[in-house]
Amino acid sequence: MTLLSTRQLSRHFGGLKAVETVDFDLPAGQVRALIGPNGAGKTTFVGMLSGRIPASNGRVFFDGRDITAEPAHRRIRAGMAYTFQITSVYGRLPVTENVALAVRWRAGGDEAQTSRRVMEALDRVGIADRADQLAGDLSYGHQRLLEIAMGLSQEPRLLILDEPTQGLADSEIADFIALIRGLAGEMTILLIEHNINVVMQTADAITVLNSGQVLAEGTPDEIRANAAVQAAYLGTG
Amino acid sequence: MTDLQKSWVLHLGIIALLFVLQFILPAYHHGSLARVMVLTCYAMGYNILFGYTGLLSLGHALFFAAGMYGLSLSIAHLDWNAGPALLAGLAAGFAMALVIGMLLLRTAGVAFMIVTLMFAQAGYLTVLYFGEWTRGDEGFVIQQDLRRIAGYDLSDPTNRYFAALLLMAACIIITLRVVQTGFGRVLVAIRENEERTRMLGYDIQRHKLAAILLSGTMSAAAGAAYGLLFGYAGATFASVQYSIFPLLWVLLGGAGTVLGPFIGTLFMFYLIDLSSELTTAYMLIAGLVLVALTLFAPQGLVGELRRRTMRWLP
Ligand SMILES: Nc1ncnc2c1ncn2[C@@H]1O[C@H](COP(=O)(O)OP(=O)(O)OP(=O)(O)O)[C@@H](O)[C@H]1O
Ligand SMILES: [Mg+2]
Repeated sequence: MTLLSTRQLSRHFGGLKAVETVDFDLPAGQVRALIGPNGAGKTTFVGMLSGRIPASNGRVFFDGRDITAEPAHRRIRAGMAYTFQITSVYGRLPVTENVALAVRWRAGGDEAQTSRRVMEALDRVGIADRADQLAGDLSYGHQRLLEIAMGLSQEPRLLILDEPTQGLADSEIADFIALIRGLAGEMTILLIEHNINVVMQTADAITVLNSGQVLAEGTPDEIRANAAVQAAYLGTG
Repeated sequence: MTDLQKSWVLHLGIIALLFVLQFILPAYHHGSLARVMVLTCYAMGYNILFGYTGLLSLGHALFFAAGMYGLSLSIAHLDWNAGPALLAGLAAGFAMALVIGMLLLRTAGVAFMIVTLMFAQAGYLTVLYFGEWTRGDEGFVIQQDLRRIAGYDLSDPTNRYFAALLLMAACIIITLRVVQTGFGRVLVAIRENEERTRMLGYDIQRHKLAAILLSGTMSAAAGAAYGLLFGYAGATFASVQYSIFPLLWVLLGGAGTVLGPFIGTLFMFYLIDLSSELTTAYMLIAGLVLVALTLFAPQGLVGELRRRTMRWLP
């Protein structure tokens, strides 16, 4: 079953074709990596999926429904979770409240259930011991993990992660890989990632974006062997 | 005690303290405090939008005046009783907040400030334009015998104090409830990081509109009560000055704290009151104290208290 797809999806900034006529299909349950050089249009593309960025053209379907015209908050409520490329947490609020904001409406305002789910999510990314700190006092790596916890806690059907390992230490990256592998099967994951090691160890399939267009798509092995990809990305990256 | 219990004890305790104070205070301060309490409600309304939601309005006098004129015009020209007139004041504020809220949601940041400023100015000019009914700057007095609700003469100092306290207690309890529930938490989240909040599944526009409605209606309640308790309505209350006051009170007391508006309003009232006894250049003294406060307590008095010792203050 296809959870998410796009048809002819495009976004232009003035004369710049950041994303150009992308047809994309993401089966439910898959971990899909989205890779491509800087400026390839990855963030713009997932922005159009989540509703952050309006599309110039084309359509987005989620769970069989055309959601192109739906505002971001409805798409989130329909089961998407989104983490930002540039860490975006509530620095002046406690770590727990950061996650609580993500789950509270799902728990129907039940505070006991909310805090239980908050602690579960924090535990899962390994920062439960930081629960009482202000998010802004966390190290950069922990803030990234917090943002992932905010995504997980929503128990989304589709989790979109925009370069989650950027700025993480090696040990944290290893933990992250384990985390994603543990989540596989629970939710569909769309992962933008520059670290090719992470991609190869987590992704079921890879889509390569270049200059706003899909350059290649396939299993990790296929992508590794693809000459065009190597020229555009892997070789130089 | 949990933080929640502590905050109820503190706030209800302050209400109880104010209740007791009326039997002890000399007449002058008794009257001043009643005035401060009504103005506090105005500041609390302002605080919902500015302190909790992070939207800086420069035109809240529009709502205060809507409440004041909604009440006083229906008493003076429609011969309504004070009770229904009070409701008319609230309704006028709510309606004004609805219209302006819809328009405001299309703007953000500086544009929001300018639009609120312009609308308030338009409101002020409207009051002057309909001088035949409003008597413009000069204003008009609401007759003492018309200022009665349920048999209570609200021009009587004791009744007046009690009514002011009742209103302020209601505003405190409403604000407390709001900040304790999910709705208030989302307002704070919008203030802290709007884009993140949107991407957690919250309808930002709907929350902002609700905040404006609550803020505008509370401000209007204060305006209506002011007219009713002190028996006067005039265009000054619709002027820019009255849009700036709540901002100052809230900043001084602590934006985004429940008690900040009260402390700020009280502080400023007595600051001006005491310094004007000392010298005719009282605005200079007041100004210096304000500058010192913004330097040494940038988060306001209650905000500073929260930062230093009482982390749990709502
Ligand atoms: N709001 C905007 N206005 C104008 N141009 C934009 C805007 N957002 C992105 N772009 C441009 O669109 C192109 C694609 O940007 P995008 O951020 O989607 O790339 P990316 O693949 O996520 O890159 P990176 O790996 O650096 O994050 C870039 O050339 C970028 O400069
Ligand atoms: Mg990007």
